[in-house]
Amino acid sequence: MNKRAVFKSWWLPILFAFPQLLLILFFFYWPATSVLTWAFSLEPAFGGVGERLFVGWDNFRDVFADTEYWQSVSLSLFFAFSATALSMFVAFVLAICVDRQLKGSGLFRFFYIWPYAIAAPAVGLAFRFIFAPESGLIAVVNTWSPDLWNPAKFGSHAMVLVIICFAWKWIGYNFIFMTAGLQSIPRSLIEASSMDGSGPVRRALDLQIPLLAPTLFFLLVLNLTESFVGPDTYGIVDLTTEGGPNKATNVMVYRIVSEAFRGLNYSGAAAQSLILIALIMVFTFIQFRYVERRVHYK
Amino acid sequence: MKEKAASFQVLPCEAERDDCSRLIKHFYAAVHCHNTFALDRSKFHIATLDIVPIEAARVLLELPANCCHSLERGLEMKTHAVKFSLTVAALAVGLGATPALADKTKFEFWYGLSGDLGERVEDACKKFNDSQADYEIVCTSQNGYPETVQNSIAAYRAKKHPAIAQIFDGGTLDLMLSGAFVPAKKLMEDNGYKIDWTNYFGGIANYYATSKGELYSFPFNSSTAMFYYNVDAFTKAGIEGAPQTWEDVEAAARKLKAAGYSCPLGFSFDTWATVEQFSAIHNQPIATKSNGYDGLDAELVINKTKLVDHLTFFKKMTDEGLFVVKTKQLGMDVVPAFTSETCQMIQSSIADHGTIGKTIKPGTRWDVTMLPVWKGTERQNSLVGGASLWVLNNRPQAEYKGAAAFLNFIAQPDMVQWWSTVTGYIPVTKTGFEAMKANGFYDKPEYKGRDKAIASLTFTPTSANTRGIRLGGFPQIRKEISDAMEGIFFGKMTVQAGLDQAVERGNAILRRFEKTYAGRALN
Repeated sequence: MNKRAVFKSWWLPILFAFPQLLLILFFFYWPATSVLTWAFSLEPAFGGVGERLFVGWDNFRDVFADTEYWQSVSLSLFFAFSATALSMFVAFVLAICVDRQLKGSGLFRFFYIWPYAIAAPAVGLAFRFIFAPESGLIAVVNTWSPDLWNPAKFGSHAMVLVIICFAWKWIGYNFIFMTAGLQSIPRSLIEASSMDGSGPVRRALDLQIPLLAPTLFFLLVLNLTESFVGPDTYGIVDLTTEGGPNKATNVMVYRIVSEAFRGLNYSGAAAQSLILIALIMVFTFIQFRYVERRVHYK
Repeated sequence: MKEKAASFQVLPCEAERDDCSRLIKHFYAAVHCHNTFALDRSKFHIATLDIVPIEAARVLLELPANCCHSLERGLEMKTHAVKFSLTVAALAVGLGATPALADKTKFEFWYGLSGDLGERVEDACKKFNDSQADYEIVCTSQNGYPETVQNSIAAYRAKKHPAIAQIFDGGTLDLMLSGAFVPAKKLMEDNGYKIDWTNYFGGIANYYATSKGELYSFPFNSSTAMFYYNVDAFTKAGIEGAPQTWEDVEAAARKLKAAGYSCPLGFSFDTWATVEQFSAIHNQPIATKSNGYDGLDAELVINKTKLVDHLTFFKKMTDEGLFVVKTKQLGMDVVPAFTSETCQMIQSSIADHGTIGKTIKPGTRWDVTMLPVWKGTERQNSLVGGASLWVLNNRPQAEYKGAAAFLNFIAQPDMVQWWSTVTGYIPVTKTGFEAMKANGFYDKPEYKGRDKAIASLTFTPTSANTRGIRLGGFPQIRKEISDAMEGIFFGKMTVQAGLDQAVERGNAILRRFEKTYAGRALN
């Protein structure tokens, strides 16, 4: 059975998609074309048409030859997968708890969404103060043992910090979708399996996760893409670690923005963003091609 | 009704606001000559249109073919519907809907300072606006130096840029090669101001001048790095006088540590004091080609100079707990570390003198002195830091008159003194400095020591190593160096390896910059 719904005429879907296509045209394809011209030339900061030097694939060659760039790619991948896993896992646990109507779940359901409404730079700023190793709330752990927590000094701690920041912000968003998804699972199924003697973990693994698969897949794609290229990642890194210490949190999106606008290297940054766009396309393709196969829509 | 009133009242149109307001000004002047009525400005619109026939107005205005539509519309309306327009206009005046005086030339100034210093810039703008009736400067903070560069570039590309932009030292070369500015000298000459360019301190002017000495931008908020120390702590630890050499600093740090101070000297990975100023006062190059002044093909050399030994010394001191890293990410930057008396010695800008005085616990004795040098070094002048004011090109001519007037205004000795007093930045002109010295500014206890910044900047005439730093993409090179310092002080990198890495990556930035601006000459 074909699980995809298909429109019979070709113009109707186009018509429905038209407003969105228009938006994409103006806010994506149009800027993308100027990125394209920059990526193959050397663009002076203040412009100066006519003097722009066409350099072919040089910008890309420079990027690929840079070991630091590959380090940045692997950092981004690590960040994206860890942040997504953490935020989805925590959100799922919270959603299950709320779904079980544990004490205070009404209140929590109301509060959990809040972090998502806070702008990423604000989150970053707050977390910087909370997690500042010498003067933040966390400073107390360093009195037990020096440098137990020091994201300014250790790259691994800094990475943990930005992952926590990102996950904290996105847990609320994931939570809402998961709660809604869980609530649409018929009670009778849960009750039946309870009577068969399954505990909460067993029910989650065998019943709720499979039935929640479409929601989880949607959230997975969204979380991965957001953490890989989203503005939240940039805002959080900028406010907490600025890519440091010694580039340990220099994820791709931060690197591109800081290289373009701080370093005024528009061409190098343009080349990098084209690569990033390509990566995202591959990324999403893989997810739809291989992960979605395991998802069963109703 | 209202819309008609607006067009009737010869509001300058958006596209040619400035040409238009100039014309309107002529118009008013002409009308004023041709009739004897003394009218106040708010009623002037009605009066002029009532009296001057449309043809006369056209002649008086010398309207070019492409002139403001709104103006023409207003005048055409007159011929068709004088009475109606008059009523409408009178109504508008009666309702208090008269627009702002049309003959003031407005122009924009974007600056990077924020917070307390940003408010002082606002004050300067206000002083200028209150001082004359012809121009109005609109000042907008972009909340940071790099942001000002970015936003100016974006605005310039969209042709919506300000007339004046405050650009920090590191962005100087980007501006110089942009071809997007009006050189300072040309601007002032064109607008009939006679400026004595030799009045600027050499150490300051050279940073913003061509290698031949022609100033491109106006030195505005200038500073240099100084050495602050806590006199109370020094007395308690039994140290006398200000440290002059790094040997003195080490001895002081040991005594302070022995006296129980946990952070004798605090420093951050900011390269300005530790790398750039250190190199200048020790007569060490940062890059070949006179730090880039003689060509875009300069290469970094900081991995081969005394800087290597200097950072090795810092590393040793840090390992012994005598020098302590203080950064924003750790929770406290160097200046708060000093004002909270956590650290007893720091290197920081003279511009922080005011802030430190205001925030340190009252009654604490502290002082400022020139940056220490290594024993046996012939001290050279230090480098200027801060920012200068660039006048961007492709603005309407009238704005440049205003810009020139503003730049002339802030260079007057009394303004120089006011600015220096309220901020801590040093006076940029010799006459400004002399005036401040003459009226006893530097003898006042709260400003004591600020003249040492001038002494540091003018210690020797500038030379190849102390003229300034003219390297492309310099903000990014700074970042590479401070990243390397993070690796050295926090990671396992050796000083040499760290600096080698910074040089290698920095040189890549320089080469790319050289290629990007291959068609443009460095003056």
